[in-house]
Amino acid sequence: MTEFNELSRQFQISDLKEQRADLHFFHASKEHAVAVLTSLKEKYGYTHLVFFTVVDHLEKNEFHLTYMLHNYEKHHDMGVVVKIARENVQMESIHHLWPAAATYQQEIREMYGVEFPGSPGLYENFALEGWEDIPPMRRDFDTKEYSDKTYYPRPGRESHDPREYMKENLYPGEAETW
Amino acid sequence: MLTSILTKALYTLISFFVILNYSLLLLGTMARVRAKVQGRIGQPVWQPYIDIIKNNARRSGVTHGIMFYLGPVFRLAGGLGTYFFIPVIFGSKIFANFSFSGDVLLVMYFIFFGQLGMALGAGESGHPYSPIGVARGLAQMTAFELPFSLAVIAVAAQYGSFSITEIVAAQQGGWQNWVAFTNPFAMAAGMLAFLGMSMNNPFSIVIAPQEIPIGPPTEMHSSFLGMLQTNRAIFNGAKMVLFMNLFFGGAAHPNIFIALGIMIMKTFLIYLYVVFVGVSFPRFRTEQSIRFFLGVPTLLGLIAVIQQMI
Amino acid sequence: MSDNMNDMDQIQLFNDQGRLLNAGLPDEEKALFCDAAPQVDAPYRGIWEKFLNWARSESLWILGFGTGCGAIELRPLMTSRYDMYQYGVQPRPTPRQAGLFIIGGYASVKTMKRIVRSYEQMQGPKFVLGLGSCTVNGGMYWDSYNTINRLDHYIPVDVYIAGCMPRPEALLAGINELKKLIKEGKGENANKYAENFEWYKRNQKKIIKDWNMPDYNW
Repeated sequence: MTEFNELSRQFQISDLKEQRADLHFFHASKEHAVAVLTSLKEKYGYTHLVFFTVVDHLEKNEFHLTYMLHNYEKHHDMGVVVKIARENVQMESIHHLWPAAATYQQEIREMYGVEFPGSPGLYENFALEGWEDIPPMRRDFDTKEYSDKTYYPRPGRESHDPREYMKENLYPGEAETW
Repeated sequence: MLTSILTKALYTLISFFVILNYSLLLLGTMARVRAKVQGRIGQPVWQPYIDIIKNNARRSGVTHGIMFYLGPVFRLAGGLGTYFFIPVIFGSKIFANFSFSGDVLLVMYFIFFGQLGMALGAGESGHPYSPIGVARGLAQMTAFELPFSLAVIAVAAQYGSFSITEIVAAQQGGWQNWVAFTNPFAMAAGMLAFLGMSMNNPFSIVIAPQEIPIGPPTEMHSSFLGMLQTNRAIFNGAKMVLFMNLFFGGAAHPNIFIALGIMIMKTFLIYLYVVFVGVSFPRFRTEQSIRFFLGVPTLLGLIAVIQQMI
Repeated sequence: MSDNMNDMDQIQLFNDQGRLLNAGLPDEEKALFCDAAPQVDAPYRGIWEKFLNWARSESLWILGFGTGCGAIELRPLMTSRYDMYQYGVQPRPTPRQAGLFIIGGYASVKTMKRIVRSYEQMQGPKFVLGLGSCTVNGGMYWDSYNTINRLDHYIPVDVYIAGCMPRPEALLAGINELKKLIKEGKGENANKYAENFEWYKRNQKKIIKDWNMPDYNW
């Protein structure tokens, strides 16, 4: 991976992983991430931001920000993963590289509480309106408890394992043959 | 004096009653015809009656101001005005309505009048889609008014009269005397303009429900809408009677019921033609329909007028 | 449940004169909106009301709220296979003219705000049909942070159609059930909404946190 080797001389990047021939991931440090993305865009032809998302690793107490870029000439995808601690999360905005990133950052701010100082429209409503609890996509947010507390659950609801339920009730004679 | 006024009032009521019921049933029938084309069973023939009853029976209503009240009133006045100056059956006292020597001009004015009144009412409703619908309607109306006027001018020049009764009288004595055969260009221009006037496909962009919810009457509800629906029926009936009189020899028979039968048959066929075109062609955009009306129909109208002048 | 009741008591709806506060609106816009609560419109009596109820049941105009998956089940109703027109049912694009509100599936808090608004803009008598399990008890989104569980806590519902998703036949069956209810004179839920206005409004305000519309949308 020539891009990775060249970039690793300049920036703190590590853990190159080949997912497929046309898809690679590597980790970048929080401080160097935007510089790495800039070089990938300006120097190596990764001009398209495919998506930008966050994975909550509650056990490791960190967020993994994933920037997925695409190179149209080589038909190659590059994923840049940035680990940041879950407390007091802040990340540099990349809306100056891709204006569309502002929308991703708006959504991530709303759903995970990651702040991107300077990103336009960051505090506008995206999918939620007037949310007051902790950001709902964080894994320490208990949606079941919140739903029970807020949305008047209808009593009498019970859940079954679909496979077992169908075996017992719908096809009792055939259950052994499954 | 008083008795003559009362008789006239009674005749007018009878005439109104006949056209209202006939037009409502015709609307229901045509909805069913359309359904058959689409392979459906379709709504009951009396569905327009139920819709009007239901709308008038709504328990609440919201007004947006005086013009909002007056919009449907103007529209209904336009429909009634159009109808009440057209003699429905030639030679009948009951169905002569208020026809007089210059009634074609007044009727043409009334066809425009309702839409203008509606524009004021819809404008006050404050809904952005209403003015869009009105703007499209007026643009299209201005366009189809041109071939329609040319056709009327050609017919008036042909018979030297602006009176519908005289125009019908001149067409009596067999189908070969109808304007449709003596002046086919005027008939063609008029019938093409009629497509736009009846706001069926392909000229239904005014009330296109998918892009501008229902057009001008977006905010109209409850009895406002009931009134508009009543008007829609009367206006449709009036326009078909007008075209029957202008181009297809009117309805004339010593026996009033046979004459009514002739009227029903002719207007039914005129409306069937509109529905036939409507189910066959997709919808035009506003600018397309304006280009259409200013093209072939206007040329046909011009040819008809020039033919009469030389 | 007890702290919920406390929460709800904190929401103040009316001022001293019994007018709505419209607290969610900015001051300069308050004059533009009506501050009257909905009124109960008493039905007529006897055979006349029966006749009107018949007309109402035979001419149902749908306002389809198609944000959930149920929207896709409404379209086939118009086609030749199901042909809702023969039952006197028509689609209508504006809440002002529609009489039957079909909630097509799950309702998130954000859409709930629009549902309340559209429902209040409809003119009575109006009927609501909850389509799919999501409107009954939350369906497969029952534990989600953002979808409501029971629609009837926010607007009165006449008929529920269970299923995920119910097919158009089920929808037609539900519409025919609703017709029966209306003919029996049981379609008075618009009045029920007016009578229990405070309860509905508190439930709505409990989930819709940024209430930036009038308390009652005419």
